[in-house]
Amino acid sequence: METLQLFKILPEKIYFQNIPYLPGFRKMVGWNLDFSTLTRNIHDSLFSFFSPGLASAAEMVIIGLCFLTFFALLGLILVYAERKVCAFFQLRLGPMRVGFWGTAQTFADFIKLLLKEPLTTKNADKFLFNLAPFIVIVASFMAVAAIPFAKGLHAVDLDIGIFFITAVSSIGVVSILLAGWSSNNKYSLIGAIRSGAQILSYEISAGLALLTIIILTGSLQLSEIIESQRTGWWIFKGHIPAIIAFVIYMIAGTAETNRGPFDIAEAESELTAGFHTEYSGIKFAFFFLAEFVNMFIVSAIAATVFFGGWMPFHIGNFTFFNHLMDFIPSVVWFFGKVSLIVFLMMWFRWTFPRLRIDQLLTLEWKYLMPISLVNFLFMAFISLEGWYF
Amino acid sequence: MVMSSENLVIYFISGIVLVGAGILVSHFFAPSSENLQKSETFECGIPTRGTSWFQFKVGYYLFAILFLIFEVEVVFLFPWAVVMKESGTSAFIEIFIFLFILGGGLLYAWKKNALRWE
Repeated sequence: METLQLFKILPEKIYFQNIPYLPGFRKMVGWNLDFSTLTRNIHDSLFSFFSPGLASAAEMVIIGLCFLTFFALLGLILVYAERKVCAFFQLRLGPMRVGFWGTAQTFADFIKLLLKEPLTTKNADKFLFNLAPFIVIVASFMAVAAIPFAKGLHAVDLDIGIFFITAVSSIGVVSILLAGWSSNNKYSLIGAIRSGAQILSYEISAGLALLTIIILTGSLQLSEIIESQRTGWWIFKGHIPAIIAFVIYMIAGTAETNRGPFDIAEAESELTAGFHTEYSGIKFAFFFLAEFVNMFIVSAIAATVFFGGWMPFHIGNFTFFNHLMDFIPSVVWFFGKVSLIVFLMMWFRWTFPRLRIDQLLTLEWKYLMPISLVNFLFMAFISLEGWYF
Repeated sequence: MVMSSENLVIYFISGIVLVGAGILVSHFFAPSSENLQKSETFECGIPTRGTSWFQFKVGYYLFAILFLIFEVEVVFLFPWAVVMKESGTSAFIEIFIFLFILGGGLLYAWKKNALRWE
């Protein structure tokens, strides 16, 4: 009792009012936390220097360039992380030669891929063959655009945010089917059709798992979903059905990105490289990049919906604890959560053996989907009775 | 810089620019040579027989049809989930009936061995 009261009194009375320098420090941290100040400053200065038309054009170019840089960096870092994690799981060191601890290895690989000849086989459907990399990149690019990275760092805050991301990211399957079909190669075709069946199937449970949380938030807008987790993350507030939904979402998400135990679409041992067998050079690099960025997107959605996105870890009315957590910048929270989930997906990949196509479809249609349907109804009942926090 | 949804076009264009620039740079810097065997379809060292544009195992299409039904169901559930809290009991009963019918469909497909891979 005593300690609880102390916790309630501490923040307001002692920590933030009686110590003179703390309000200023808080303001400084607050400025660091909130990216909307920074972006508004850039916006205002651009509009004061140039005419409105030119300023908005410059703004668009800046946003485009920022996202291109972010996208490329994300790909490089994730590929490096994947190779290192894989290496440590197999008691190796991984890339070590290029740069400190091999940090420049992926960059060197990228340069190498850029300087390789992009081949097109003579039997391929040339137009569709070249169209496929465009679709796969554009799909993941538009999904990244709608993700909130930090407080005020949210490029497009759509009111149907989560629906938009699921819709756009599943366009990627079209490019996989196109790539496999247009290559006119048996391996590619088998890989593409397998991948199509797999992604389509797991789309349903992923959608249902996200829907269980949307019942509680009552909104599809990502900023509102995050705001609703100010008093605690949904995985804690929604208890049992939320945890089941998270597990189902992680399995379905791993399958949707063609990774881990579900990578029969590009099973090296039987299909050489699956749907991108015939791709080489930079076009192959784009498929590779999109695969890793899709992994990031799945993790970012999981972090946003279940773990509160950039929202720090808050416990109900523990004001002191909540203020303490607020000192950690929101970017750190978001990328910390995302990298933990990405690590989880890499862990899956290097731990579980690959599933066969029949096991894969059985897992989805006979286990995951009925479970997620029942879980969905369970969550609806819980929200009806108000049995969540 | 929270923007309105029309500005999604920027991301569409940026994606195209990224791929286009990559292919263009590669076009200028990468070597290219003609070779009789180079443009052959890959098949583990032996020449490939015939085209790959043929009919494929029907099992995959069966799952695609099933997917269509259940994915449309999920799309219907999205607006429902948003208003669930406000509507209360009536919404819950309605969705129970809706899912009951769909569950019956899944059970039918299961019993008809549509979910079995052969």
